[in-house]
Amino acid sequence: MKFRVPAQLIPLAASAAVLVLLYAGGCLAFDGFTSPRVVINLFGDNAFVGVAAVGATFVILSGGIDLSVGAVVALTTISVAALLGHGVPPLAAVLLVLAGGAAFGAFLGFIIHWFELPPFLITLGGMFLARGLGFMVHPESLGITHPFYGETVGGLAIPVAHVTTASGRVQTLTLPFTAQCFLAVVLVASVAAKWTRFGRNVYAIGSSESSARLMGVPVGKTKILVYTLAGFLSALGGVVATFYMQSGNPASFVGLELDAIAAVVIGGTLLRGGVGFISGTLVGVLILGIIQTLINFKGDLNTWWTKIAIGGLLLVFIMLQQALSRRRRE
Amino acid sequence: MSVVLPLVLWIALAAGLCFSRRSVVFWPLLALALLLLFNQLFTPGFFHVEIRGGHLYGTLIDILNQGAKVMLLALGMTLVIATGGVDLSVGAIMAIAGAVLAQRFVGAGWSPGLAIVAALALSVVAGAWNGLLVAVLRIQPIVATLILMVAGRGIAQLITDGQIITFENPTLVYLGNGFLLGLPFTLTLVLVMLALTAVLTRRTALGLFVEAVGDNETASHFTGLPARQVKFLAYVFAGFCAGLAGLVAASNIKCADSNHAGLYLELDAILAVVIGGTALTGGRFYLAGSMIGALLIQTLTQTLYMRNVSADIAPVPKAIVILAVCLLQSPKLRERLARLGGGRKRRAGA
Amino acid sequence: MSEPLLEARGLTKRFPGVVALNAVNFAARAGEVHALMGENGAGKSTLIKCLTGVYPRDEGEVTLGSRVIHPRSPREAEAAGISTVYQEVNLIPDLSVAENICLGRQSTTFGLLRWGAMRTRARAALARLGLTLDVSLPLTSYSIAIQQLVALARAIDVAAKVLILDEPTSSLDEREVAELFAIVRRLRDEGMAVIFVTHFLDQVYEIADRITVLRNGQLIGEFPVAALPRLQLVARMMGRDVKEIEAMDHRPAAAPRSGEAPPVLAVRGFGRRASVKPVELAVHAGEVLGFAGLLGSGRTELARLLFGIDQADCGTLEIDGRPATVRSPQAALARRFGFTPEDRKTAGILPNLTVRENLIVALQVRRGLWKRIPRVEQDALVAKFVAALGIKTSGPEQLIKNLSGGNQQKVILSRWLATEPRLLILDEPTRGIDVGAQADIERLIAKFRDEGLAVIFICSETAELARNSQRILVLRDRAKVAELSGAAVCEESIIHAIAGGASPPAGPAGP
Repeated sequence: MKFRVPAQLIPLAASAAVLVLLYAGGCLAFDGFTSPRVVINLFGDNAFVGVAAVGATFVILSGGIDLSVGAVVALTTISVAALLGHGVPPLAAVLLVLAGGAAFGAFLGFIIHWFELPPFLITLGGMFLARGLGFMVHPESLGITHPFYGETVGGLAIPVAHVTTASGRVQTLTLPFTAQCFLAVVLVASVAAKWTRFGRNVYAIGSSESSARLMGVPVGKTKILVYTLAGFLSALGGVVATFYMQSGNPASFVGLELDAIAAVVIGGTLLRGGVGFISGTLVGVLILGIIQTLINFKGDLNTWWTKIAIGGLLLVFIMLQQALSRRRRE
Repeated sequence: MSVVLPLVLWIALAAGLCFSRRSVVFWPLLALALLLLFNQLFTPGFFHVEIRGGHLYGTLIDILNQGAKVMLLALGMTLVIATGGVDLSVGAIMAIAGAVLAQRFVGAGWSPGLAIVAALALSVVAGAWNGLLVAVLRIQPIVATLILMVAGRGIAQLITDGQIITFENPTLVYLGNGFLLGLPFTLTLVLVMLALTAVLTRRTALGLFVEAVGDNETASHFTGLPARQVKFLAYVFAGFCAGLAGLVAASNIKCADSNHAGLYLELDAILAVVIGGTALTGGRFYLAGSMIGALLIQTLTQTLYMRNVSADIAPVPKAIVILAVCLLQSPKLRERLARLGGGRKRRAGA
Repeated sequence: MSEPLLEARGLTKRFPGVVALNAVNFAARAGEVHALMGENGAGKSTLIKCLTGVYPRDEGEVTLGSRVIHPRSPREAEAAGISTVYQEVNLIPDLSVAENICLGRQSTTFGLLRWGAMRTRARAALARLGLTLDVSLPLTSYSIAIQQLVALARAIDVAAKVLILDEPTSSLDEREVAELFAIVRRLRDEGMAVIFVTHFLDQVYEIADRITVLRNGQLIGEFPVAALPRLQLVARMMGRDVKEIEAMDHRPAAAPRSGEAPPVLAVRGFGRRASVKPVELAVHAGEVLGFAGLLGSGRTELARLLFGIDQADCGTLEIDGRPATVRSPQAALARRFGFTPEDRKTAGILPNLTVRENLIVALQVRRGLWKRIPRVEQDALVAKFVAALGIKTSGPEQLIKNLSGGNQQKVILSRWLATEPRLLILDEPTRGIDVGAQADIERLIAKFRDEGLAVIFICSETAELARNSQRILVLRDRAKVAELSGAAVCEESIIHAIAGGASPPAGPAGP
């Protein structure tokens, strides 16, 4: 039998190839790029985007879309900061905002399913709602000084590599807790997507909702659950962001939902739903991150190239998807 | 003046409400009237208008002036949505238009007129790009226009080299801040564009074709209707409108700010169109409704501002409006209400 | 006769304004293939949907074995032992074959799916059909025929006692049908009761043991296959008594005008793969050419080819004796063709637009985007056609969706008449409309003919077809099988031609 890459894996393979090329290109072009530090930072700096993008992946796999991601992340960061400011214990604060995020997502999912309304508009409403609520919680940036943040979370970093600096000192590089959260979420979500009935039902609904219903998939329950999960992961992304920034800000993360969607699509998930992988989203997030890193290394290259590069990649991947699905129809 | 203008406004609103009693436009108009009534009763100074140097000033005038951008966007968006599509990239196209304007004028030393033409031309090209993806390559509109939504601001920054380019040219400043016959020039611009769009759609067959394609694409195809060309034109027109809105936005603040020009305005424009009675699924469109929708959004913003609600919290009432409008338009909800209402409701025209 | 396994007695289902099933009895026996036959609106699909729990029944009783069952969803019916394979493949295109067979009934350990077990189970289910596939590939990597078999494997993977095949062969070619039938025979021999819904007569006689005929929601009868020759079956489906047919006087339809002029439209060897086998036809000005055939015989597909909605992949087309092409509805419109589609609601009307807009849209398309028809002219056109066709509407600005079916159809006819067509293709123009409107439309067809139009008239009602056509093209199983003219244009010969005299060439034996 002739070996061939299944059509569903082509976009993922393409994404992985792009990632490898970008990394190799970086290593060839810049001296410091080969340092493990670059890779560690790639995971640490993009952890909150990654966590939120995993939630967006489920929504897109189910054939929907979630525009509320950025606003929910911002709402979460300011909520955590405000709760800590009021003396709420850190763990309680975190659990509270996670529950809040899940409830928010469930509310949107309920409206989308129950009234058969377009996810685009409802999550747009959710975006405005969360954005405004964030400012109601606290109108401006709020620093977090709780020792839990500085010491406890900082202490959770895991040493992963040793490097020798120019002055000859050996430095230990650690994988920050944020990156650990990201990787854990990717792992758990991959298992959920591939190995649970819920995960397979999400794919089934995204691929053909009417068939799924006839085949006995609980469509309504699954859809509401998908948006609940997305809300939860957006909130978790927000919590991770507070670890990263040591502050909360209701005005932050404007447009994060676009980054999340772009990462999902570049990671090979079809925007029409039904096809894609959580690991693809990991690759997509890393591609966005590595483009940013490259542009930072280049120095004289300006930041707007990031947006243009992401737009160009989006175009390439959407065309690829279109070509593949056209081939399928024939 | 402070008495005459509100009086004229109320008479106009009442006449509008009577006239549109049986039309889709009635509901957004009623919402606007109620919001204005609330302000008349509880917001001091809302209706205060005064003449300074031959120009009108006041909150009502601000609403018209500030609402102009969304009104312009909503004109193009109405046609796009009526074909059953959506255009997410108009905010980014605004940024591109502003960038071209400022860069050509300041950087390349072009005359203001030429710079305006260049900005509009590039906006049309951007619209044509969207139209190409949607109509020719048949990519889902949300996905197709997402590309330019993401990349557009980068392109705008590329044009301005990342700078915020300021300008002081009187012609360019006039676009967004000038007065004509005592009223903001933006109002004239909106009215001219509204008239142009109305003529373009209702004096040619474009309006019928757009509604036919959005209402039933299969049946339209079977009558030989050139659905692709119609869709393409709608996106091109949306690009042009976004270009105009981008010029106004740049002129308002006398500079091209690629990061913030038109940010999230695509969402406001979509909202205005939906409030105005055009369904997201396409079909019948209401230009007047979209204009009222845009005014409603701006009046709401202005009301909150006048009542000292922080601009940051303004998204909350907006969200409530979105959810309410969606629920009102949900056939599922109507179905359920109709079942509650029993046989009382007669079927129209039956 | 063995005891019925699945039995429905006095099954009644009403929808607002119609009785879709009226006290129908039906019985499927183990080890038998039972064909369910009937034309459009006969109640076949309603019966199936009542049996599988898609619709709740209004009256009557359904027993499986000796137990009365009340399935409320296809899933419950499946759990009870009634599985269904639908016409369109109702599976998940992007999931693997294994998942499609097991979705909703996967086995898990600690909440995690057992992929290995799933694949083994899928392979076993396919092996039962004599099929070996790579079950980890997505469904779309296989042909429609294989997908249909996967659906079948899914259906019998549960302990199915009754298998319903709802037009499973409409998109399969002959060889694939033969393979499917081999499998169905094997399942039947294993003791399964198979209910087979189809429009293909040859297939019925090839596989069925017993036939139940429905018409207009009524049970016409249940017959062993040997006791119901083709002609009788067709006569019963069409609501005719065979004696009545034999006794019928052969009214000659108006003689075709044998003009010197070349036909308005003529095609030779004209067809499309998997849609219509190559046909030859010609239609003249002042003539009604009828297309006869059962549902799925290819009559609609041929109409779509002629109007350029689908593109022919072989053959030639001539207009007025000159070679031409019609590769899109735009081109057809430019050639002054008109087409009223069979499915008025989804392909004909623009539901939320007005009567006026629906009426003028084709003419407007012909005039072009920039030359808008002035409102005065629009109103005059509407007034003219409302009067000429007797369209009952509260006014030109009424939304067309609020008109009755017959009046909607008249508006669509007017839409094409306004373009002054030379050829009108009417696909089931009288379906679903009341008797008065039907008579109106028949009168109109005669009028168009007398005014010199060429008309292609597609209709399921043989009597109506015979009344209105000068010549009739008979289609069966996507191929032209006869052309009737002169005295032969009568119900009897149509039914004979549809039923087909000789037995068809047998498909290749199963694997």
